Amino acid sequence: MTPLLSVRNLAKHYGARIGCTDVGFDLYPGEVLGIVGESGSGKSTLLNCLAGHLEPDTGEVLFDTRSDGPRDTLKMSEPERRMLGRTDWAFVHQNARDGLRMGVSAGGNVGERLMAVGARHYGDIRAQATDWLGRVEIAEDRIDDRPSAFSGGMQQRLQIARNLVTGPRLVFMDEPTGGLDVSVQARLLDLLRGLVREMGLSAIIVTHDLAVVRLLADRLMVMKSGHVVEQGLTDQVLDDPQHGYTQLLVSSILQV
Amino acid sequence: MSDYNFAYLDEQTKRMIRRAILKGIAVPGYQVPFASREMPMPYGWGTGGVQVTAACLTPEDTLKVIDQGADDTTNAVSIRKFFEKTADVATTEHTDKASVIQTRHRIPEAPLTSDQILVYQVPIPEPLRFLEPRETETRKMHALEEYGLMHVKLYEDIARHGNIATAYAYPVKVEGRYVMDPSPIPKFDNPKLESPAIQLFGAGREQRIYAIPPHTKVVSLDFEDYPFDPSKADHPCDLCGASHTYLDEVITDDAGGRMFVCSDTDYCASRQAQGHRGRLSPKETAA
Repeated sequence: MTPLLSVRNLAKHYGARIGCTDVGFDLYPGEVLGIVGESGSGKSTLLNCLAGHLEPDTGEVLFDTRSDGPRDTLKMSEPERRMLGRTDWAFVHQNARDGLRMGVSAGGNVGERLMAVGARHYGDIRAQATDWLGRVEIAEDRIDDRPSAFSGGMQQRLQIARNLVTGPRLVFMDEPTGGLDVSVQARLLDLLRGLVREMGLSAIIVTHDLAVVRLLADRLMVMKSGHVVEQGLTDQVLDDPQHGYTQLLVSSILQV
Repeated sequence: MSDYNFAYLDEQTKRMIRRAILKGIAVPGYQVPFASREMPMPYGWGTGGVQVTAACLTPEDTLKVIDQGADDTTNAVSIRKFFEKTADVATTEHTDKASVIQTRHRIPEAPLTSDQILVYQVPIPEPLRFLEPRETETRKMHALEEYGLMHVKLYEDIARHGNIATAYAYPVKVEGRYVMDPSPIPKFDNPKLESPAIQLFGAGREQRIYAIPPHTKVVSLDFEDYPFDPSKADHPCDLCGASHTYLDEVITDDAGGRMFVCSDTDYCASRQAQGHRGRLSPKETAA
């Protein structure tokens, strides 16, 4: 089986400081990889390098494209990379405002990716938008409301609908549950887990919330100061942490 | 004899603008940056159009200036006076007699010919501006032909109003490549963008020039199930009786009285001279 995404020796430096270095992993179709670590450990840098938002200094990111098989996305031309970003990839931002167009209605937000890949039939676009709002539990009559009229949880769900409408194969998520209260978080996680399983998505989830990765991720990567200090199956890493930092991380969870 | 250089601008500036115009014609719909000069009029009064006109004029040209279709409004009169004074060129109000026409917000009703140049005054040349505020990003979108966002605007129109409510500055795709803002002309004029005349667009404040060469394909964007509709007020002109022209609605009293007249004053006047009469035309006096 070809990995969907295969990363080798990825490094990104900010001047003399390390952003992330010596990162390598394989992600197989349908697999969810969690990346955890404290603030400043290079999680977001790594994710942005993978998604093409930042240019890494060294390394390669091989993505199994539909047409040509595995290709290094860092060597792709920009139009190709941006095309991937609209079709096979999706990026869920921590702050829904970064990922949504706040001045455009919910339906328009969901429809944007469809129109970006050439949909030109209003009725079809609207039907798909309605369908996707339903899937993320947003009432149909809110389709013409702007995201600014939505609660934080709804905005995050709308962002997810907007990203998944073109049927991507790989989703990057940067703290998808950050800033939401626990009950909303739980519903969002439930929804995400359902969608990931149902659509057979592969996902890379960056978070500092170990509960999130416990629920969603098959495999786990622990980062500290730009280095990957431990990786393995989620349950294995969380239940039997080997590295000192992972042990600290796991033992820091508050028990209610 | 005036002390101005011909057509106000110095020769080096005119060369610079002509280079931008030529590049614009070579790449239809592409916004060419140019070093816009301070003109002796405020931004928004047609500083871009005036510079393009100045670069195009020759002493043999006949200039016509229109503002919203009319030859006799402040903007048109002052720009016409400006070139009478600085270039000493002949001016006219008749579309068919002009070789250079500077226009604000209209395309003349009379068909243009291949020996005419139509110069538009453009306030905001970037069709994606209100959807994507970052200029770096919109340039990239033009470069990579990522125009899905333009349809998001049309989608929003239909979702909110039930039809494409954009009535002016209706976005077009030029020669199958660049999406272009045709300046705030009514969408009624969009079909006339495919013309035998050269069409030049000048945006002074935004420092951009773009062009549509003669006989270039210009398509107004739309949805398959909501096709483009070049609508106009559903009336005939009350002065010349024309039912195929773009009309202005004029309030005539405070009791709901109104009349519809051609916005192209020259076209309306010439029709009246040919004997066409509308609902409110003065009764013909017995000769």
